[in-house]
Amino acid sequence: MTAQSTPTGTAADATPAVQSMPFSRAINAGLRAALAASDRVLLMGEDIGRLGGVFRVTEGLQAEFGDRRVLDSPLAESGLVGTAIGLAMAGFRPVVEIQFDGFVFPAFDQITTQLAKLTNRHEGALQMPVVIRIPYGGHIGAVEHHQESPEAYFTHTPGLRVVSPSTPNDGYWMIQDAIASPDPVIFLEPKSKYWQKGEVDTSARALPLHASRIVRRGTDVTLVGHGAMVTTMLQAAVLAEAEGTSVEVVDLRSLSPIDYGPILDSVRRTGRMVYAQEAPGFTSLGSEVAATVMEKAFYALEAPVLRVSGFDVPFPAAKLEGVYLPDADRILEAVDRALAY
Amino acid sequence: MTSDATVPAASPDPVRFLQADGTFAPTPAAERYAPLVDALGDTELEGFYRDMAVIRAFDVQATNLQRQGQLALWPPSYGQEAAQVGSARAARPQDHLFPSYREHVVTRIRGVDPLDIIRLMRGLTHGGWNPFDPKNGNTHIYTLVLGAQTLHATGFGMGLVFDGRCGTGDPERDEAVIVYYGDGASSQGDVHEAMVFAASYRTPEVFFLQNNQWAISVPVETQSRTPLHLRGAGYGMPSIAVDGNDVLASWAVTRVALDEARAGDGPRAIEAMTYRLGAHTTSDDPTKYRTADEEESWRRRDPIARMKAYLLARGASEAFFADVDAEAAAVADDVRTRTNELGGLEPDAMFAHVYSEEHPLVEEQRRWLADYEASFEGGAA
Repeated sequence: MTAQSTPTGTAADATPAVQSMPFSRAINAGLRAALAASDRVLLMGEDIGRLGGVFRVTEGLQAEFGDRRVLDSPLAESGLVGTAIGLAMAGFRPVVEIQFDGFVFPAFDQITTQLAKLTNRHEGALQMPVVIRIPYGGHIGAVEHHQESPEAYFTHTPGLRVVSPSTPNDGYWMIQDAIASPDPVIFLEPKSKYWQKGEVDTSARALPLHASRIVRRGTDVTLVGHGAMVTTMLQAAVLAEAEGTSVEVVDLRSLSPIDYGPILDSVRRTGRMVYAQEAPGFTSLGSEVAATVMEKAFYALEAPVLRVSGFDVPFPAAKLEGVYLPDADRILEAVDRALAY
Repeated sequence: MTSDATVPAASPDPVRFLQADGTFAPTPAAERYAPLVDALGDTELEGFYRDMAVIRAFDVQATNLQRQGQLALWPPSYGQEAAQVGSARAARPQDHLFPSYREHVVTRIRGVDPLDIIRLMRGLTHGGWNPFDPKNGNTHIYTLVLGAQTLHATGFGMGLVFDGRCGTGDPERDEAVIVYYGDGASSQGDVHEAMVFAASYRTPEVFFLQNNQWAISVPVETQSRTPLHLRGAGYGMPSIAVDGNDVLASWAVTRVALDEARAGDGPRAIEAMTYRLGAHTTSDDPTKYRTADEEESWRRRDPIARMKAYLLARGASEAFFADVDAEAAAVADDVRTRTNELGGLEPDAMFAHVYSEEHPLVEEQRRWLADYEASFEGGAA
């Protein structure tokens, strides 16, 4: 493991190891710890310095570490990722912020033809420790290009690692582990969770970067998903419990690679699985997980694996996002269908 | 209304020392570089010629190897030797070079084994060499996505700035970056963004544009209605037009630009006017889009013939040229011999180095393929 993977943090000794903080502050604390642990770590992005990012995830970091460590870059996403690649070639560990999910596409070429493939192209002589942070997903009532879930574009690209924390504790630790990774990591931040508080234990990480996790125990059906949908699945689980259905919930956390251990363990106990996601369903992450679970746990299944997703349409105008995005009721509808088999 | 009145004219006077017939006749724009060129001795001048002639022989050999089925593809450097020799010889040992994919001259000068390029074009690798191995002279591998490498070079240059590896005033120590691209790539957004970032962070960088007049079949006029070297001004970047078929001019202009950049003066742009005498690649047929007259007019400006005439006028010996011819033939023979000795690839090679740390899916598929292949042993298939 590299030095960055065991950050000391900057908190004073008197600061308790377990604190409650919003998701955005937890990522901020994780970035601060990584910046403090290694002077090779750089943050780059649009408006991330003086402003602290449009979501304030990098707030205060430029003031603390200087404008050579936290860069307000020109407004050009391909330029951001392309120069981050060059900086990695020069021995840096850049962390790039893309301002919104829908604005990653100008950088799509650099991410998929260069960043993802350079280690392979160099036959292992070059590592690409670049993190691309992308606030993603809906629920914020924003204009076009600000509410999308582009994860499948990246999970489909060999050479990339893709993760998405859903809790403040995971945000704090997973950003540091992503920065410590020698491989490029697409770090998807469910932006609707930025303001949600949770406990962060800065004394020790709970799980490795690429582990999935059972976040609620149940016996009748397994819900699997990532990002903001974890919250929705937990809401569905509470509602189902009132109706006498015991629902288990798995937070995928890592979208590539996928840790199938807890998922298969769960499905083998419940016999039923529903995948929930905001992204359109066609050729999506849920499709991939569903296919793999059916291959690996076929005899344990009492029902087909079902998917609940956004519709296969462009993310609609914000007044319809409540219709477009799966909610607890849509998940429960699928749970009922699974139970009906 | 035509807008032509607003289009600046091409510089009538690029930096040039050698006329097409080898006459030493510096243009006015060349005057500031004259002391550098005057200081060149026979060793350097003959070295320039040797570089160009030897790599042309290699390039012709590689084209022949492709025609004989030994390579999938070959992009010839034929005709662009002066721009490449001049710029590569201008770089100092500590400099970092980011080629596109036609810089066979540049890579060899920096120490890359030409066979590494052969392996790339034979389908044995996507890369070919390790840029971080000292024997390769800080030369990065080829990039096939046009212009993408300009951003990598700029990011690398930002790293040099942040680490204080340039701008100290010591040209023997300060590092610089030179990135190669062409007239076609100049239309790519990445080149624009690279220049924006380079100017913003004042990278120690030279953007070296080889304008070989054709992007496969599309003439440079389609890429730009204004001479490409004029674009630099829009980024606040000094930009110099040079006769890219004159090795002396190419060397001197790049030398000065790199030294200014390494000293902390910010990035520079160079447009080297040259011509791709060969095809775009061995899959291309230039007779479909350009005339024999045009090609002939550029053959009369051949960079190697020009330098040979100059050296002969300076009194270079026939023995020197015979020696160069012998070395060129030996290099070409050596490449042919070693190409024929190249082996294949093990099936599991594709699974290595997809990631630096193990990825369970890749590992699972590697094991599956091994088992699958093994299942045929013993004649099952």
